[in-house]
Amino acid sequence: MAPVLEVKDLHYVYSAGTPFEHKALEGVSFAVEPGEFIGIIGHTGSGKSTLMQHMNGLLRPTQGQVLLDGQDIWADKKLTRQARFRVGLVFQYPEYQLFEETVYKDISFGPKNMKLDEKEVDRRVREAAGFVGLTEEQLQASPFELSGGQKRRVAIAGVIAMEPEVLILDEPTAGLDPEGREEILAKIDGYRKAKNATIMMVSHSMSDVARLTQRLLVMSGSHLVMDGTPREVFARAEELLAMGLDIPDITRLFMRLKEMGLPVEPVYTVEQAVSQLKALKGGADRA
Amino acid sequence: MLKDITLGQFFPGKSFIHRLDPRTKLLFLVVYIVVLFTADNWISYGVVFAFLLLSIAISRIPLKAIVRGMKPLLFILIFTGILNLFFTDGEHVLVKWWIITITQEGVVRAIFMVSRILMLITGTFLLTYTTSPIALTDGLESLLGPLKKIKLPVHELSMMMCIALRFIPTLIEETDKIMSAQKARGADFESGNLFQRVKALIPILVPLFISAFRRADELATAMECRCYHGDDGRTKMKLLRYKLGDFKAFGAAIVLLAAVITLSVYGL
Repeated sequence: MAPVLEVKDLHYVYSAGTPFEHKALEGVSFAVEPGEFIGIIGHTGSGKSTLMQHMNGLLRPTQGQVLLDGQDIWADKKLTRQARFRVGLVFQYPEYQLFEETVYKDISFGPKNMKLDEKEVDRRVREAAGFVGLTEEQLQASPFELSGGQKRRVAIAGVIAMEPEVLILDEPTAGLDPEGREEILAKIDGYRKAKNATIMMVSHSMSDVARLTQRLLVMSGSHLVMDGTPREVFARAEELLAMGLDIPDITRLFMRLKEMGLPVEPVYTVEQAVSQLKALKGGADRA
Repeated sequence: MLKDITLGQFFPGKSFIHRLDPRTKLLFLVVYIVVLFTADNWISYGVVFAFLLLSIAISRIPLKAIVRGMKPLLFILIFTGILNLFFTDGEHVLVKWWIITITQEGVVRAIFMVSRILMLITGTFLLTYTTSPIALTDGLESLLGPLKKIKLPVHELSMMMCIALRFIPTLIEETDKIMSAQKARGADFESGNLFQRVKALIPILVPLFISAFRRADELATAMECRCYHGDDGRTKMKLLRYKLGDFKAFGAAIVLLAAVITLSVYGL
């Protein structure tokens, strides 16, 4: 399959030429395909946020290219603007960007900026609201009357309403309760399945990314240091821990079990753990 | 970007000037301004200028930082220069073309005024670059202390100033974030006519105000949790005390004032 978004040898330097010069990205390259659910993990300050802001043209690379369908998004102004709509970006705590009188109007801000006709805007707003589970009544309410979790959903709907082919989210579950987290993650995955969209999610919850994603990008010290399936990445648990990153609790548990001499393979989701344990128990029964 | 705005940012350091009592620096600035407006000939200007350079050298503030802070004021400087250049009457006309007349007096006056403003700003920068906002408000509160007698809420005013200064970088950062978020939703701040551009600011201003109010609320609660109840019976961890260096600085201020007044009154 042809990649929808491709990043080639990306470099970015903050405050170039001043004493505060800081290299945030160095030689980052990867490509993503439609329908992929990708997790981005990395320590604070590893360049994750900077990388995200390059994907839709908010930041201009100091060196390197961002290609959307094979076209450099900085080649001309129109393409840059298109990139804003085709690559949706949900920042951390996105509920702080709400500003309209009603939820409906706020969600329609993006589609209206795309200069779509009224009917299409209406369809998209309702569809996006449906994706994140907002009721008709809530659509007419002021966003400031809603609870924190509901506000978060409104903000995510505001980006989904632009129907981006690539949806990038920076810690979409930060500060939510466990139930709210599960819900939001399920809605995001629902959007991916319905539109065959690519999801890139920055997260600090290793259990979440292990469970949901098919691919992990690991950032460390401005470099992309690992790019592979969760199985491949979490197999290098020691390296991750050395970078100050975490591994899923279940992986940690199984590493200990292995150390203690049990014949188990490293796992990273609870389901895998269960099947391993069952196999182990079955083996013991037979013995 | 927005981050590059310097609003007299504090440059931490350990120089003689950094270590001075903030009250000394504030009083010194008052004397310095008086001196600057008393000076009216080249020699006294030279004295003030030399003194300023010496102070900058002692403070070890990079000259670059001061020049960078000057940028937003460039317009005022140019405006002052032009105004004085064209609208000063004098006998020695240098250029006369159409309605524009430039006199020798005009040129001199323009240079005088611009360098006066430059020196004024540099002097003020030196204060804010070498004094942390907290020390500055502390000093101000202490200096204005006597006004409490006439029921002026000095402590409250200085606390407000301190909080305002503290939150400038936070709000700038917040604005940056909100702008990026709205741009990601296709907001366009760079094109359109004036009306459209003003309207484009609404998606930034509304969230910014809301977050400012939220922060104010949180800060008030946090302060109350730590039993803040205004000035009554409040003690300070860092008491302001004049030290030897401060007296040296006062001495320098008196010498400078005397020198410039003498030069202005008697000439050379």
